[in-house]
Amino acid sequence: MRMKRFLSGDEAFAEGVRLARPQVISAYPITPQTVVVERLSEMVEEGQLAAEYVHVESEHSALSCAIGASATGARTFTATSSQGLLYMAECLTYAAGGRFPIVMMNANRATALPWNIYGDQRDSLALLDHGWVQAYAQDNQEALDLALMAYAVAEDPEVRTPFMVNLDGFALTHTYESVDIPAQEQADAFLPPYDGAGNRFDFANPVNIGYSAGPEFNRYFKHSAHEGMLAAAGAVERAEARFAEMFGRSYPGLIEAVDCEDADIVLVTLGSIAGLARERAAQLRAQGVKAGLVRIRYMRPFPARQIVEALAGAAAVGVLEKDVSFGAEGTVMTNVCSALQQAGNAVPVVNFVGGLGGDDITQAQMRGIFEVLEQIAAGRIAPEDCPRVGFLGVDSVADEFGNPCCEGCGDAGFVAVAGGESEGVRDGACATDAEGGR
Amino acid sequence: MALNAKTLPDDEFFFGHKACAGCGGSLAVRAALKVLDPNAVAALPAGCMSAVGFNFPQLSFANNAMITPFAATASVLTGIEAGLRAQGIKPDDCTVVGFAGDGGTADIGLQALSGAIDRNDDVLYICYDNEAYMNTGIQKSSLTPFGAKTTTTPAGRNAHGCLTQKKNVFEIVAAHGIPYAATASVGYLPDFLRKLERARDIRGTRFIHVIAPCPTGWGCPEADMVDVARDIVDCGLWYLAEYEGPQLSGVPGGQFKLSRNPREFASVEAYLRRQGRFRALTNDEIAQVEAGRDAKWEQIRRDWTA
Repeated sequence: MRMKRFLSGDEAFAEGVRLARPQVISAYPITPQTVVVERLSEMVEEGQLAAEYVHVESEHSALSCAIGASATGARTFTATSSQGLLYMAECLTYAAGGRFPIVMMNANRATALPWNIYGDQRDSLALLDHGWVQAYAQDNQEALDLALMAYAVAEDPEVRTPFMVNLDGFALTHTYESVDIPAQEQADAFLPPYDGAGNRFDFANPVNIGYSAGPEFNRYFKHSAHEGMLAAAGAVERAEARFAEMFGRSYPGLIEAVDCEDADIVLVTLGSIAGLARERAAQLRAQGVKAGLVRIRYMRPFPARQIVEALAGAAAVGVLEKDVSFGAEGTVMTNVCSALQQAGNAVPVVNFVGGLGGDDITQAQMRGIFEVLEQIAAGRIAPEDCPRVGFLGVDSVADEFGNPCCEGCGDAGFVAVAGGESEGVRDGACATDAEGGR
Repeated sequence: MALNAKTLPDDEFFFGHKACAGCGGSLAVRAALKVLDPNAVAALPAGCMSAVGFNFPQLSFANNAMITPFAATASVLTGIEAGLRAQGIKPDDCTVVGFAGDGGTADIGLQALSGAIDRNDDVLYICYDNEAYMNTGIQKSSLTPFGAKTTTTPAGRNAHGCLTQKKNVFEIVAAHGIPYAATASVGYLPDFLRKLERARDIRGTRFIHVIAPCPTGWGCPEADMVDVARDIVDCGLWYLAEYEGPQLSGVPGGQFKLSRNPREFASVEAYLRRQGRFRALTNDEIAQVEAGRDAKWEQIRRDWTA
């Protein structure tokens, strides 16, 4: 029976997994993923879900167990986070190269050291090249819906690629929202059983799976994996179209572009922080500033074409991410700039690195980010004078523009100057932020 | 029916591979798959047998088989078994079997093996022990015996080879209360076949640790491989035994049983001296190895059923 419930992201995702009817679940706990495996164990115990629930002794075994199960044609699920994802990293390439359509939830969390259990995206983005489809949820409803769509995409015969659904640690995993839970019959109609044809053990005609391939053959397997990943783009569209028809909720494909058609300034981001960015862009629109937002929903396959289209008219672009590749820039930034460069679009792009280790990205910072883009678009800051990469709250140019920060105290009367001393209140002293903010 | 050389099926399930001449590991795998019925599903981690058996497009297993991550033999076995059972497609005569080397078992794979035994997953884990990382070119593992020269325990003026003792995996496994564990040697094939049959017909986790000499790494003629595999048992540096868990034996804590209790041992020195890897050992060190053997057998004869 379809119902509305007030659920955390972890709980919502567990409901989505239940509806997908995985036959083998391998589980190992790690904060902030734990609630997913707890709920699933209860569902199995209560008979709501007929699955083999395997208590593995590590993340490495969690994913390798899923690989073994998938090789028999079983639908499989596992979940992890942060160090756990890194610990199983070796198995990610086995799953991808073996074309096992395993679905895994990753609770995005900081990576040690310093040890930190809170959210950022350095775990999954570090493993972008390991051959998994990577989706990033914005809210708990999308998380639940992605659980179902992930299997549809991963198991698509043209794709046959494992799928990682990323939920921001705590910001989504432990935050409660009202979520619509589809009925099981509808979920079954959307997601037929996995048949595993062509990639499973067969007792009538035994097969060897997951062999080695030398230099003369290896390229064909890698090319095939690349093609499979590229095919996921179409599979996402097909799955979303069927999903909308079945459940009445539609999703916009690999990216969500908000007000980008005529935008002068666009912020590109991913995950739950898109909510705050969306709010700020809307405020600016109301003030007559042509601001837009690109929310990347899929980092792999990378939506280069869609991003280039969305940014075609922009005079300044920001990339906000909870990640950095030390000595370079954020990985999302690198990917976005690569797409723009290939399209011959030389729009100035500024990288805002924030939210590391659960750090709040404040309303003030979000205002500062868009203000930097406005300044560049208006020619008040020369792109070459703006550092390409900055850490919010440390050395980002957005920090200098983030004040004064409240509706009441002065967006209209914005006075800060790049490099100059800011007037008004700093983070934490702002009444609007203190009253609730995000 | 007890299997022996006459009754062992002619069917081959592991052939066309590129193992070295005189390879003990490939003999262990070949013999095991003959005992385990065609519906066996095999999983092999990085190691000699996967390196020689899974070279696309020349795939050497006639039964269902797959490669696993190095550390993941046992966890992949668990997944295979759970997947087959969850779908209701596991044939009655299907043994889910892993073949991992000494490093893949006693070093990098020990954690996953412990996990599978803890869950009592219905799988058979076979460690073919050639006493070093042979696939990568003879490096020390924790099952390399004292005194063995490897490419990472060179014999020099300070050390004369490996300085550590062979890890006691059989008793580590038994300490979990596993339903069934055994040691074997490819030099005593009927004993190995009997243990494979027993293991095949028991449910829950089973473990067989089979000595499988590597002429390349041990420094002995290929034609001597089986002889050396007998010698190591006859001189008492390896023992043939079984452990039956509490349920099977009816004994709290389970029961160790010797399958072979030599009245007297063959010469340790002769066993060591016939192999190039022990060439640097002094007579004192050989006496040390002998003393270690005697101490182990004193404990075995005191605690285990003969």
